[in-house]
Amino acid sequence: MVSASSDNPVESVRPVIDAVAVKVLISGGFGVGKTTMVTSVSEIVPLRTEELISELSTNIDDVSGVEAKTSTTVAMDFGRITVSPELILYLFGTPGQDRFWFMWDELSRGALGAIVLADTRRLDTCFAAIDFFERRRIPFVIGVNCFGGVQRYDVAEIRDALDIDPFIPVRLCDARERESNKKLLVTLMEHVMAASRLSAGPVPAQGY
Amino acid sequence: MASRGEVWFDDAAGPLVRPYALTRGRTKARRHDLDLVTLVVSLQPEVHGKIVEPEYAGVLWICEHPLSVAEVAAKVDLPLCVVKVILSDLIERHYVIYRTGWGSVSSPDMDTMQKVLDGIRKL
Repeated sequence: MVSASSDNPVESVRPVIDAVAVKVLISGGFGVGKTTMVTSVSEIVPLRTEELISELSTNIDDVSGVEAKTSTTVAMDFGRITVSPELILYLFGTPGQDRFWFMWDELSRGALGAIVLADTRRLDTCFAAIDFFERRRIPFVIGVNCFGGVQRYDVAEIRDALDIDPFIPVRLCDARERESNKKLLVTLMEHVMAASRLSAGPVPAQGY
Repeated sequence: MASRGEVWFDDAAGPLVRPYALTRGRTKARRHDLDLVTLVVSLQPEVHGKIVEPEYAGVLWICEHPLSVAEVAAKVDLPLCVVKVILSDLIERHYVIYRTGWGSVSSPDMDTMQKVLDGIRKL
């Protein structure tokens, strides 16, 4: 309770915000394990926030029979890691469907970096995310989610198929395993810092 | 208003988007620096619903302790754009203070990145 006991709440203990927040994105195709990953490392039960889609974007929805619908929502799941009383890290899962690109602008603005989760059974579903982060110069790493320990291809083959720059880390992971996800986040932060050192200074994510 | 005996069904009501009724039709917050990880906290969490609209009172109550805009939206179960308008109003009325996250106004420095890295290693 910050101020309830005072007769004049504003003049009593004035709340301050000591912390500053940063975010990373967990991206990839629909059903690749993004929310699973957020859940396994978040200190809170992942929350879901929704954004309304304007009526213009409903034109590309195949919702025959509900043409009069004027709004729909896109959901984003996210979790939190309190690094210290002064620093909070938020992990945002990006919407899986391509038609929600407009949300990616807001999500990626100011993001430290991104993990792109890939599923070797349908590798092409993460191409769009890779394109997006490359264009915005947002540092990213690839996590190949090995569902149930199944590893069909080696890292070199996957790197080849994804056609990404050689300095971008590609790691095998299991999105259900907390330790595996921690390692991937460490890999991401090391990559973000290396990318930052290479440039003249820290490169903010390009919002637009 | 519908006359007696007349009922408005969804289609007949026209292109209404109900959540925006809370913001009197406004879809954009006046403050452009509120993003998903902007932290907000109420200066007066217990403002009565008679002084501000109930949804505004709900937001004030939720952010008794610092929370991100995304967390507030999730907890009050309203779309992000609506919550931004409400928070923007509350900031202008001095009921809420806020702090922007890294990235929206400045980029994180190496020291902050190192702290994030150390924090993840310690999990």
